[in-house]
Parts: sequence; C-alpha cells; structure tokens
Amino acid sequence: MDFAAIFKAAFALVVGLDPGFLAIVGLSLKVTLTAVLIAGLIGLPLGAALALARFPGRSVVIVCLNALMGLPPVVAGLFVFLLLSRSGPLGPLGLLFTPSAMIAAQVILVLPIVIALTRQTVEDLWSEYRDHLRSVGLQGMRAIPTLLFDGRFALATALLAGFGRASAEVGAVLIVGGNIAGYTRTMTTTITLETSKGDLPLALGLGLVLIALTLAINAVAFGASRIGARYAG
Amino acid sequence: MRDVTSILPLSLETVSFLGAGRKLVDAVSLVVPAGGVTVLLGPNGAGKSLMLRLCHGLLTPSEGRVHWAASATGRAKRHAMVFQKPIMLRRSVQANIDHALAAAGVARAQRRERAQAALQRFGLSERATQPARLLSGGEQQRLAIARAWSLRPELLFLDEPTSQLDPAATRQIEELLTGLVAEGITVLMSTHDLGQAKRLADRVLFLHRGRLIEDSLAEYFFAEPQTIEARAFLAGDLIW
Repeated sequence: MDFAAIFKAAFALVVGLDPGFLAIVGLSLKVTLTAVLIAGLIGLPLGAALALARFPGRSVVIVCLNALMGLPPVVAGLFVFLLLSRSGPLGPLGLLFTPSAMIAAQVILVLPIVIALTRQTVEDLWSEYRDHLRSVGLQGMRAIPTLLFDGRFALATALLAGFGRASAEVGAVLIVGGNIAGYTRTMTTTITLETSKGDLPLALGLGLVLIALTLAINAVAFGASRIGARYAG
Repeated sequence: MRDVTSILPLSLETVSFLGAGRKLVDAVSLVVPAGGVTVLLGPNGAGKSLMLRLCHGLLTPSEGRVHWAASATGRAKRHAMVFQKPIMLRRSVQANIDHALAAAGVARAQRRERAQAALQRFGLSERATQPARLLSGGEQQRLAIARAWSLRPELLFLDEPTSQLDPAATRQIEELLTGLVAEGITVLMSTHDLGQAKRLADRVLFLHRGRLIEDSLAEYFFAEPQTIEARAFLAGDLIW
C-alpha cells in the first residue's frame, strides 16, 4: 500500500463522514469535554481557594499539584483501574470499561492542570485587587467569584490546556475503557489499535482530525488571550 | 431600621503599627470630626499610607485602637477608600461601580440607578460600557472616586490620589474633591505634593517617621510650622 493511497482513503473517511468514524470522534469529544467540564467545576473554585488560603503545608500542596500536571496518563489509568476493578473499593459500581470510567481517569489528568493554572492566575489578580476588594468588604473566600470572573480569559486558556491534554492522551482511556469497539473506542485508542493491525487509512484519518482539533484549540486559546488583552488592557 | 447616626468623629487612640520589627506608626492619637479636608503630609516612608489603611480597617493596629462614633464595619461601613494607583476591575466602567455596590449589599434594582447617578455625577456616562482598564489614568482615578462615592461614604480616604497623574488631571481631581466636601463628605487624604496640600487642606497632620508631630489648621501650618522637621519639609530640605 503506497502513501498516496493511504492519504486518499483517510480523506475519504473524514470527508465522507463514515458513521463508524464519526462515532469514534463523537465518543472522544464526549468523554474529553465531560472530563474538562467536571474538572473545571471542581478545579476553578479549588484553585482560587488555594490561591487565597494560607495554611501550613500550602507550599507542599502547590508543588505536588504542579508535579501532578506531569502525571503519566497510564499511571492515572492504572489508579482508576484499581479503584474500579471488581475487587477494588468502587468495584460494585460496575464502571470499569465504560465511558464513565474514561471520564473519571481524564478528570484526574485534567484537574491538576486546572487547579494549578487557576491558582497562579487568581494569585496574580488578588495581589493586584487585594486593597480594593478588601476595601469593599470582599475578604477571603468571598473574593473568589470576582477573581474567577475577572480572570476569565486566562482561565479559558487553562481549561483549553486541560482539554488538549485529555484529548491527546491514550494510556488512561485505554486501560480503563478497554478499547471496546463501538462503546469505549476513542480516536487515540483506535489509532493505536489500527496502526498495529495495519488499517492505516482509519488511523491516519483520525490522526488528521486530532491534529485539526489541536489546531482549533490553540486558535481559540490565542483568540481568548487576544480578546482578553483588548478588553482587560 | 438602619442606624443613621454618624460614624464620625473617627478617633485614633495611641495607635501603633509594627512591621519588620520597627514601629512604622508610633503611638498616634487624633480625632477626625465631620467636614473638611484633612491632609496627611510628610516625606516618603513617614507612614501616611499606613495611617489611612489603619483608619480604613485594611490593617489592624498592633497597639491602640481605631474607634468610630457608630458602627463602621461590615458591608455598609460608610467610609470608602481610593488608592494611589486606581484598581480597575476587568469589566466595563459601569460594571466596576455595580460590583462595589453589590459587594456592599445594595439590591440589584437600586444598583443600576445608583451606578448611573455616579457616572453622571463624575462625567463618565459616555464611557459606561467601555472597559475600565482602557480609560486614561485621570479617567481611571475619576472612576475610582465615582465608585467610592456611589457607596455613599461619610468619610473618604484617598492615598496620594494624583501622584501618577499629569497636572491637568490632577487639577480635575482636586476640583472633584472640593465638590465632594461641599456635598458634606469628609476627606482624609495623603499627599507629598505641597501645592496640593495648600490648595485643598483645611487641616494638616504632619507625620515624620511614623509619629504625628504636628496637627494644626492648614493656614497656621503653612505660615508657622512648629517643628524643625516640618519647617525643613516645607523648605524642600531632605529630612530624616
């Protein structure tokens, strides 16, 4: 099989909107977007609280969170696998090898990114806003909504960074999802499988979609920071 | 019923503030009655900003106490502060005022009205929907004052409000302050600009190394300063 034929077949898959192909892309997006949404709901307030709170061991927490940003996806997958496996503490829920398990694993990957970047953003904003916010009576945790809102452009970028990490990883979803055709098969796990099987057009087609997605994420992140700069000065 | 007794006079009873092992404010006692402009004067590092922060409640005295005639803490504390560098939220001009009103517990229905009244009062109506941080320095400080004014303070603290502004913007801010005093708002401000102190002050508090060494009516202070330090400061000499 020559490269030209592979590319042609890959394009045919992408442009032809093959149902099987679309199902894989759809599941990937569903899993990743849900994970980012959950990580955002937890991570934004938690990151802001960490920025404002002062407690013994805070530096240790910050260092650990920064380190967790580089957590290998397979390790996150293994961790969730142990939790959800039949003999694990959450085994009775029967979630292993379901999209829910994949979402849980990706939340673990994305959460440290969201918390760490939110903490940095909110801490910088707080040092600028502190006098005024305290003057109008917004002390401590009551300042969080203001700081999250005013950091919205930088925080959008933090969420996109989380989305980028989750959509590109393969290890975690492979371990806890099991790569079951039509059920837990995502773009990255399919690429892994099809490449080893030799079905290169499908792998390449999905690869192109992933690249396009990455490009789109970066364009949106760039746009967000540009709009932010224009609006926020 | 809301408590409508005045929070003034504000009194400081031997207030000290320690920082880095030094007394940055040293046993200051004073009373600020209602009305007029009181100017905190002194060289850099004399403790002017600290004094304003202690009065406004941003800092807690290490010793002594800050006492108001009526409750002046919590949401509607009836004193407000404007800082040296205007702190503008990353929102529109009107939203900046709305945010302060919301923080003070003003109901949504009244916020819009009060924000628009403040914008009108300070000539910012045309800027209402613009991002606050894109205003010029003078306009930003005007918005900071409008925002503080919208909270209906009895006493307004200003920490060197014009030190980063050009002469025209400075003059404009000074005119605004004169207008506020005419409205019955009491002003306690710091400056190291002697001309500004002469133009605005009814009373001068002269600080030197954290101590209040002169407290007199402005006309007396500028005509006949009582201390060597104040005389040197007025003459433009370096004092330590």
